Amino acid sequence: MLDRREWMKRAGMAALATGLASQRAFALDSVTLPFDNGERPLVRYPQKRPMIGQTERPPQLETPFSIFNDGPITPNNAFFVRYHLADVPYDIDPDKFTLEVKGKVDRPLKLSLKDIRKLKAVELVAVNQCSGNSRGFSNPRVAGGQLGNGAMGNARWRGVPLKAVLDMAGVQSGARQVTFNGMDGPVSDKTPDFVKALDIDHASDGEVMLAYGMNGEDLPVLNGFPMRLVVPGYYGTYWVKHLNEITVIDNVFDGFWMKSAYRIPDTPNNSVEPGTAPKATIPINRFTVRSFITNVSDGAKLKSGSTTLKGIAFDGAKGIKEVAVSTDGGKTWTAAKLGRDLGKYSFREWKLPVKLTAGAYELKVRATSNGGEVQPMTPFWNPAGYLRNVVETVRVTAA
Amino acid sequence: MQHRIFLALISAASLGLATVHAAPVSYKVPDETAAFKPGANLDTVQNNCTACHSADYIKTQPRGEKFKRDFWAAEVTKMIKVYGAPIEDADVGKIVDYLTANY
Repeated sequence: MLDRREWMKRAGMAALATGLASQRAFALDSVTLPFDNGERPLVRYPQKRPMIGQTERPPQLETPFSIFNDGPITPNNAFFVRYHLADVPYDIDPDKFTLEVKGKVDRPLKLSLKDIRKLKAVELVAVNQCSGNSRGFSNPRVAGGQLGNGAMGNARWRGVPLKAVLDMAGVQSGARQVTFNGMDGPVSDKTPDFVKALDIDHASDGEVMLAYGMNGEDLPVLNGFPMRLVVPGYYGTYWVKHLNEITVIDNVFDGFWMKSAYRIPDTPNNSVEPGTAPKATIPINRFTVRSFITNVSDGAKLKSGSTTLKGIAFDGAKGIKEVAVSTDGGKTWTAAKLGRDLGKYSFREWKLPVKLTAGAYELKVRATSNGGEVQPMTPFWNPAGYLRNVVETVRVTAA
Repeated sequence: MQHRIFLALISAASLGLATVHAAPVSYKVPDETAAFKPGANLDTVQNNCTACHSADYIKTQPRGEKFKRDFWAAEVTKMIKVYGAPIEDADVGKIVDYLTANY
């Protein structure tokens, strides 16, 4: 963190940098997300293929949507990146990395990466999705990162259950929550550090994981190297990157990023009348159920005749029961064939052969979860633009 | 511009070995290029906003009648009250004017 003088100095330097550089030096090309003011540069970062550049500092990179058609696992080099605070730990020595476990525990721990890798490893395929994924489609529009649908990804995470580490430390009776802090932090000491909390029962459920591996490799730096929290079924805000501090507490954590930010209305469907504010809110939690067509994009011109539609679906708790597709704007629906089940927290692929005679079509896809949640035909709205899961529509013509 | 990564991330993990010796990582992000539009009070904006975030945080926000003065005033207030930006009172109006006029 910086004192005010250093802060002003940095501001001046950044101003100089922004004044001198040109967009072209950085961008390979650009993409236009399908909402107003949606033009973004395609940018190249180390360990990443060209990504949709949302912001440069701190870096926020969105996955180009076509990648979701390549398979149910999102490659590390295409996985989205989201930071809140600009003091990002770009220089990391994994041999010196220490995870501290403290607070209401019998045996406070300081574990090296080697210590953690010696523990029995587990693997889990799980989707990570940014709370603000698809915010750019919110209507009316709301402030915040204006993302398309690419702030999500599905990976095979490898690590140790958080429960194993909590058990080593010995959680004391009376513990209520566990807080998680990473090596990234604010530029100014006046800015609240990014710290998240889970209830003790959730943290100890055996599924929440300290992950050091992602799709058979180390985590990319921008995805939390050397270790991040994986909270299956929960929005990415809880998946604290560069995780190095775990604190067991006997109260409900009241830090800014839990108490004030990442809140959703405490109402049915966590929605309110568009443009209004909720009376009460709760912390964002599990994903809503979603599905996408991945092999046909909006505005596509298809050859008339037989074609196979394919895509992905996921939810935040129980897995996908059914994916149905409509080629007539939602009047009639046909169940798609689901692909291989990689686990209830994974993307589930689906496909469906359809016949399209010459004409215009509104293709829609609607998923139902094993828990009985169904995607709505019209969008719910909340002031932060979270939880979007309206049935997606792709308009195509066949000729 | 060369954007190189000095990574020696290793790979015992990916080779399936039990113990790992991983070299330090030094990650280089590309040089920053997002720029503010020219306009009155640009200096004040650069001096106050860019210590914590790049200019694209502003230019990607929604546009339109609902995203004018009140919207930008609320954003600047949020930066001060929530994120602790040390913006002088005298600069607040200038920043809001600039944002309203240019975004």
